[in-house]
Amino acid sequence: MKKTSLALGAAPTRQLSIFKPGWLQQFLAFGSLIALVVIFSFASENFFKFSNIVGILLSTAVTGVLALGATFVIITGGIDLSVGTVMTLSAVMTGVSISFWGTPIWVGLLVGVMTGALCGLVSGYAVSKLNIPPFIATLAMMMIAKGLALVISGTKPVYFTDAKGFTDIALGSLLGDIIPGFTIPNAVLIFFAAAIIGSIVLTRTLVGRYNFAIGSNEEAARLSGVNVNFWKIVIYTIAGVFTGIAGILIASRLNSAQPALGQGYELEAIAAVVIGGTSLSGGKGTIIGTVIGALIMSVLTNGLRILSVPQEWQTVVVGFVIFLAVYADILRRKKGA
Amino acid sequence: MNEALVTMTGIEKHFAGVHALKGCRFELRSGEVHALVGENGAGKSTMMKILTGVYQKDEGEIAYKGGPVQIADTKAAQKLGITMIHQELNLAPDLTVAQNIFIGREPRSFGGLFLNDKEMNRQTSKLLAQMNLDIEPTALVSDLTVAKQQMVEIVKAISYESQALIMDEPTAALSDNEIEELFATIEKLRAEGVGIVYISHRMAELQRISDRITVMRDGAYIDTVLTRETTVERIISMMVGRELYHVEGPQLADSYGEVVLEARGLNRGRTIKDVSFKLRKGEILGMAGLIGAGRTEVARAIFGADSLDSGEILIRGKRVRIGAPHDAVREGIGYLSEDRKRYGCLVDMDVKTNVAIASLGRFARFSWMSGSRIERVSEDVVERLKVKTPSVHQRLKNLSGGNQQKVIIGKWLTRDCDILIFDEPTRGIDIGAKSEIYKLLDSLAAQGKSIIMISSELPEVLRLSHRVLVMCEGRVTADLMNDGLTQETIMHYATQREEALHA
Repeated sequence: MKKTSLALGAAPTRQLSIFKPGWLQQFLAFGSLIALVVIFSFASENFFKFSNIVGILLSTAVTGVLALGATFVIITGGIDLSVGTVMTLSAVMTGVSISFWGTPIWVGLLVGVMTGALCGLVSGYAVSKLNIPPFIATLAMMMIAKGLALVISGTKPVYFTDAKGFTDIALGSLLGDIIPGFTIPNAVLIFFAAAIIGSIVLTRTLVGRYNFAIGSNEEAARLSGVNVNFWKIVIYTIAGVFTGIAGILIASRLNSAQPALGQGYELEAIAAVVIGGTSLSGGKGTIIGTVIGALIMSVLTNGLRILSVPQEWQTVVVGFVIFLAVYADILRRKKGA
Repeated sequence: MNEALVTMTGIEKHFAGVHALKGCRFELRSGEVHALVGENGAGKSTMMKILTGVYQKDEGEIAYKGGPVQIADTKAAQKLGITMIHQELNLAPDLTVAQNIFIGREPRSFGGLFLNDKEMNRQTSKLLAQMNLDIEPTALVSDLTVAKQQMVEIVKAISYESQALIMDEPTAALSDNEIEELFATIEKLRAEGVGIVYISHRMAELQRISDRITVMRDGAYIDTVLTRETTVERIISMMVGRELYHVEGPQLADSYGEVVLEARGLNRGRTIKDVSFKLRKGEILGMAGLIGAGRTEVARAIFGADSLDSGEILIRGKRVRIGAPHDAVREGIGYLSEDRKRYGCLVDMDVKTNVAIASLGRFARFSWMSGSRIERVSEDVVERLKVKTPSVHQRLKNLSGGNQQKVIIGKWLTRDCDILIFDEPTRGIDIGAKSEIYKLLDSLAAQGKSIIMISSELPEVLRLSHRVLVMCEGRVTADLMNDGLTQETIMHYATQREEALHA
């Protein structure tokens, strides 16, 4: 008996390790990204240029950072609809801190991140302790944040004209200073750094492992003595931190906090997560997938724009891509089962 | 006996490198109850899934009523008259009995525009009456007992004019009385010429209800025998191909001693009524009772999974407040749910995560997890508990029930829990693995762990427990030392209703 089980043993796992869950989907997503880049490069000589690639990366940064946070929440089996407007509220709070209270820039940044974190904490509390379904709880948070951003800013944009160097946070280029000509904006670096940190948190830390456990089977995790409510709050708060960072990035890029902006970003973030192969039913997902998903969306928009496809049609195409991505995931799952 | 209804021959099936079925055969005649037995992983359910069109065979022939057939999907099987009743029932709890039976083919009126509920209920009444069942067509399925729900499934199958009915562990969730009801229904079907495949681990039932028994082992066909010409021992030895661990009765360990857990006056709604008991070190306390006696509820309440209305819990003489499972775990209590897939383990995650999940904090320094330590500890668990798995990276859903259970035990041992609550520890586990789990429980008690074991199988209770707590309708009706204890005595207390107690 033992012998057969051993004989069965080693071989399948070694084969399987290449086909870890989610791997194929990521390969598909990555392959599609490459394919898109190749197609657009052939279609237009303006596409594969340093300046355009930098433009694509820059336009990915804000949605990308939002999507990183959304990945955490979606892996718990939840959803966060509030990230768009909470991002705006964070931007407004940063502006209020720097321009109205006259605090140093770093304090403003802290205020922005804390605002995001606090909103995440409240959403997390509502979802876990109050047992409000994530869709509803974060819908409420979306409206609260939207309203607060308008109230606090007095419905007018908050400008950072007096804060020297604030725009450099997103648009300056540390890399360009070190390697002349390689002027990749800081926003892109921040996005990649956030992705790396997010990936480490998700795969190498306690909260990451609990995140998957809760998404995989919340009740079983609870009955294993995992304090599910506490960890959910932590996870929503982490997502809030990413949202706050996105708020700073968008404020810095526009050199102002626009209180009316923000709604709609949450859906783009969710789309990026889903294209990246993270399952909306929870328990499965990766940060690298989300990064690729976000890049696919901006490559698509950028490429279509270069080919002079009207903006309305770009949205239609992105919609179809979401269909395709999720259907590919379902096909893969069927095969796996 | 009658002619062959279904004949499967030379069935081959491969799954991703695993040879699941090796030239298997199976024959079902009309008007017989044909038991299909084998350990988990023997290939019984794969075989039946091929017959019902869930899986496609790689090779082999299926003949139905004498002619070869291809069964492309479950619909095709249903059309032929082959239906499977799964362990997990496929009913919509919020719909009525009639609505469930006629789902997808509701009688209509006015040219199909409106539902004709009257006609549907009438037809359902007729079907229910045919089977001598006392169920209202308009009753909500969620209001029925599990046994009655099962009857509804059977009636639904009959209404499709099924000639072959496959029942997977039909008695797993039933009490003795309910099993009698089920058997009466089965006998009626048999008399009407329906062929029934009966998959079960319970030997006593097979002996009673089946005409023939086919044994499978490791994906291969072993033999088909007439039930009345064989013995349980012979069947079991064909199934496992090895000797079974057997012990007369439980031995009290030397470590038996101090009270580690005491429950005082626990109450929760109508399910737990003034329950008090003590659990000692090194003891296996069996909890016996019929389904619905409140045993699982008591276990869940002690573990903090459900809240209590009143009562106190003492751990080693100290009063503790247990408001949530993580409080209980901190006090060293581990709970093994009766429903492993839903509550017990993370089936989509790997063995090592499941072993470590209750004690992840220990494997993390400043929240940074040490993958290699988790791996080492889980490999140690796999080795110690003899979990059959290719590696600790295997996902739990690919393990058999017995091995999943061992992984869950490993989870609590890793967490250093010394009070373990086992709720139906061997449900859905095949006989060979059962005795391994028994051995494991014995040795855990001998090492000084304290165990509460809930079981609906009385032989299991008698085999394992040092002491037996009997419950009925939310109350503890007896607390008995297990020396010379009989099933009859336990049943006596398990059916002692409140009126009788006060009389």
